[in-house]
Amino acid sequence: MTKQFEGRKISPGTASGEALVTSQSLSFYGGVDPETGVVVEKDHELEGQSITGKVLIFPSGKGSTVGSYVLYQLAKTGKGPVAIINQQTETIVAVGCIIAEIPAVDRIPINEITTGQQLRIDAAKGLVEII
Amino acid sequence: MKLTSFQQEMLDGKHGYATQKSMEILNALGEIFDAEEMIPVTSVQIAGVSYANLGEPGLEWLAQMAQDGRVRVITTLNPAGMDLENWRELGIDPEFAKNQERVVDAFAKMGIITTCTCTPYLVGNLPHFGEHIAWAESSAVCFANSVIGARTNREGGPSALAAALTGYTPRHGYHLDRNRQAHVGFDVQSPVTGTAQFGVLGKVIGDILDSKTEWTIPYITGIPTANTDELKSFCASIATFGGTALFHMEGLTPNKTTIPKEIITVTESKLKEAEDDLNEEGASIDFVSIGCPHASLREIQYIAKLVDGKQVKKETWITTARPTKQVADRMGYTQIIEAAGIKFACDTCCVVAPIRGRFTGLCTDSAKGCYYGRGRNKFQTKHCSLEDCIEEALTK
Repeated sequence: MTKQFEGRKISPGTASGEALVTSQSLSFYGGVDPETGVVVEKDHELEGQSITGKVLIFPSGKGSTVGSYVLYQLAKTGKGPVAIINQQTETIVAVGCIIAEIPAVDRIPINEITTGQQLRIDAAKGLVEII
Repeated sequence: MKLTSFQQEMLDGKHGYATQKSMEILNALGEIFDAEEMIPVTSVQIAGVSYANLGEPGLEWLAQMAQDGRVRVITTLNPAGMDLENWRELGIDPEFAKNQERVVDAFAKMGIITTCTCTPYLVGNLPHFGEHIAWAESSAVCFANSVIGARTNREGGPSALAAALTGYTPRHGYHLDRNRQAHVGFDVQSPVTGTAQFGVLGKVIGDILDSKTEWTIPYITGIPTANTDELKSFCASIATFGGTALFHMEGLTPNKTTIPKEIITVTESKLKEAEDDLNEEGASIDFVSIGCPHASLREIQYIAKLVDGKQVKKETWITTARPTKQVADRMGYTQIIEAAGIKFACDTCCVVAPIRGRFTGLCTDSAKGCYYGRGRNKFQTKHCSLEDCIEEALTK
């Protein structure tokens, strides 16, 4: 049985992959190692985990606007997430996903998705599907 | 978002890669902030120029945009991580210098004027009242909105570049009358004069605004007069401590607003408290820096008068825009100041230059300078008037 959510397109594209969910907001500048894709923010729920190849799910972004460029670097070196899902996307993550061409959708009830679930995303339509 | 056919063409890639990427950014931001349409902008200021902040990924993205991106309106640039001509003398690492030059070259290729200053309004990028613009650099945003009465949101580096390459920005936030009304009053009951004291006032009001999410725009009374240097210092400080993009100052700023009922008094003791907060007791000062925001001609002229025939005993920098320094050169101020042992650092500033670890304690008349001096560079700080900063520099 599949469950489907309809949100809002932030950055177009399709992707599928395994969910990595956190209930904490995330800063890419300083919070994620741009060379390895590992979360390095101290005491973050995801500290020590890799976002590479995952559908990364968090409520919203925070921190410096330089974070947009970190997303770009991660994507360029193949260390980025395959897609991003937010409750509410803010400027840093929106700009980062667009320049990095990472599909992104927001206005999704992210507490209904758990880490490890397989997801399919059609960002242009704002669709997220648990498969 | 409703796009015109021209904007839709940009989004569809008919005007090249960089224009398309830019319109994607603006369109997404418009959707996020519930804008209904784009508006044309007439001026852009871009931040995110220091290689120390951009790193290789930022530079790579800029280089990609520079392949076919060209600006459509006057666009100027924030300070870089070094003086673009005099970096060797100021102790900048050659590897950093090479990368910083690549960043500035990418911006120049897009037609951006490489002013490298946080005070574009002092060197030729000066919008007028009511103009819609897209500026990054928090102090300049606050100055443009409040002192000039132009209209801009607080843009980041990529969104400002996107506005420059398309000539548009989504119509939301500070572009709309309804979002430019004051929320709370501040009555200043103690005289405030000079750049340092205006910086302290910016910290007092900024700290209070920062603690209350429902208040973002202040209506300030009790300031009978302020010159442009004092206002630029105030803007930098209130933007740093309060994230403030717009204020009203009765009798001094040109925007219309409703007047808030709730009024907070700013007393001498509140100002003193903020001043003490910027001053670390027993700070060991080995670095004096003037020019955050970038020093104006008036400030440089005044410093020349203060140091004529004297010798500084501590490393002392004046950070300013190169065009400003070129006039100072002509007037002989540079010669007097350099003869006193003070160094000019153009194109850069103490917030973005890679100077961490080079000094222990910073003395400056800038409240913003103290904030970043501590946070980014781990300096001890002393905050005082311009005259006292010079006195500190002259003392062993």
